[in-house]
Amino acid sequence: MALLEVKNLSISFGGLRAVDEFNVKIEKGQLYGLIGPNGAGKTTVFNLLTGVYKPTSGAIFLDGENITGKKTIDINRCGIARTFQNIRLFKKLSVLDNVKVGLHNQMKYSSVEGIFRLPRFFSSEKKMDKKAMELLKVFGLENEASTLADNLPYGKQRKLEIARALATNPKLLLLDEPAAGMNPSETQELMDTIRFVRDNFDMTILLIEHDMKLVSGICEEVTVLNFGQELAQGKTSDVLNNPEVIKAYLGD
Amino acid sequence: MKKSSKSIKPNTKKSLITYIMLVVAFVIVQIMLAAGEMSYMMQDLLVPLCVYAILAVSLNLTVGILGELSLGQAGFMCIGAYSGSLFSNLMETAIPEAMIRFPIALLLGGICAAIFGILIGIPVLRLRGDYLAIVTLAFGEIIKNICASIYLGRDANGFHISLKSVTDMNMAADGEMLINGALGINGTPKDSNFIIAFIILFITVVVSYNFVYSRTGRAVMSIRDNRIAAESVGINITKYKLITFALTAFLAGVAGVIYSHNFSTLQASKFDYNMSILVLVFVVLGGIGSIPGSIIAAIALTLIPELLRDTIVGDYRMLFYAIILISMMLFSSNKTFKDKLFGLVSKKKKGEVK
Repeated sequence: MALLEVKNLSISFGGLRAVDEFNVKIEKGQLYGLIGPNGAGKTTVFNLLTGVYKPTSGAIFLDGENITGKKTIDINRCGIARTFQNIRLFKKLSVLDNVKVGLHNQMKYSSVEGIFRLPRFFSSEKKMDKKAMELLKVFGLENEASTLADNLPYGKQRKLEIARALATNPKLLLLDEPAAGMNPSETQELMDTIRFVRDNFDMTILLIEHDMKLVSGICEEVTVLNFGQELAQGKTSDVLNNPEVIKAYLGD
Repeated sequence: MKKSSKSIKPNTKKSLITYIMLVVAFVIVQIMLAAGEMSYMMQDLLVPLCVYAILAVSLNLTVGILGELSLGQAGFMCIGAYSGSLFSNLMETAIPEAMIRFPIALLLGGICAAIFGILIGIPVLRLRGDYLAIVTLAFGEIIKNICASIYLGRDANGFHISLKSVTDMNMAADGEMLINGALGINGTPKDSNFIIAFIILFITVVVSYNFVYSRTGRAVMSIRDNRIAAESVGINITKYKLITFALTAFLAGVAGVIYSHNFSTLQASKFDYNMSILVLVFVVLGGIGSIPGSIIAAIALTLIPELLRDTIVGDYRMLFYAIILISMMLFSSNKTFKDKLFGLVSKKKKGEVK
């Protein structure tokens, strides 16, 4: 059974059909790419998957469970975590605290235990610190743990967002243009990190990306969207050589 | 750097400095009192100073940590003051020992205010920014006006309540007035004193720091910094907003109980929007999100007009107060202004050396 199965997903904003009959099947452990020209509806698909928008029609199944129309926080608890195209970090919190917010639902203690500093506060915080530092190490951020997220350089902010998403212990990770604004060597490093995350965290990853080098380098399969509709789907090398796809990207 | 992070966390350090600062201030006040160096006017101000500091620290949780503007602080204080005073008046004979009665009154006042905080918070916290400020201001005024029109009395037949007038209550002539409309509550036992008020202030600061530097505090700050991202990592926004709002209301209620037990008469008209705005000014001036800043601002802004009273400024003291307020705001928020001012000072010093 596929980890994520999307059936005929559609959404209309007034008269505009932003996503039209979108279908996808992602197997566990796959690295899947979602590409397409600007305004094709890629981020809208992410927003539908994470419950930011409610679909007009269609259904989403995660690990066999129907998650269509659930709230964002419930979908996160079901196991989908994401990053954002325009980075959304908790700017006034430290790097470590950003990851610890991601651990919020993993290691719990009540507000009262926190206010009165009861034993569970200390044991839980200790576990959180340990887990968060482990995650930061994966992304090479361990030396910046006490820096404010806002003061991190751009590339590291992108990495921190991935670390925070991973902290919620998802089954499926959605990355929205992870390489945007990165130079070639940073992109190369990011590709290695994404592969590392997939292999070591047993993760399934769906990513939106414009950098074709990254897509062809790490994605096993891709779907191409154009004007909200599916243009092509299949093995990355086949799809990228499809004349229809080249036409959509470069025009006639 | 690693060594320092291992021995003491920066958050712990920040809170420790505040605790030490508070204790030092307390010791200084005690020494001054023992030496008879403090005027009666200042002695009367000690409890209100603690009350204002508690109000400012608690409002800072909503304004600085949650990032929402609330102007209902006086309303919650009013609820705390009324419920605490009423309890103390009713229980004065049943529990003659003030050391037992007063803590119960404090807790009761806080809980009543927190309940109202949650009830108001459920519909209101959907709003944000200016809209929330206006609605909380309105709720504060509603609470004040309702409190000002309650007539409550007790006679042999039990309790009588009216929202219109004394005669409407149908109370027997020998009955006892508990709440007398706009005249408020009379004869509250004077249970507050500086030491109790200071202890409550200290507890408030500890609770606030522990709240901020915990799982809950992190969740609240994540909502402040980025709502959408907070939701995406599974933070329940409504829940954490309500918790913060309720804690703010609880502490404001406790402050209200201290305030009401410091004077023998209590009138709802004292808890008008001026009070709410004054507390907000403390928070903003002290630095949004800074707990020691709130305390210092609350103390400084309460003392300034009183200290100016005896100087040549005299009758114009509120004018000077306003000027001081404006220049402090400019100084704390405007970098160019700050640089210019420092530039002036350093130039002067250079001139003196020559």
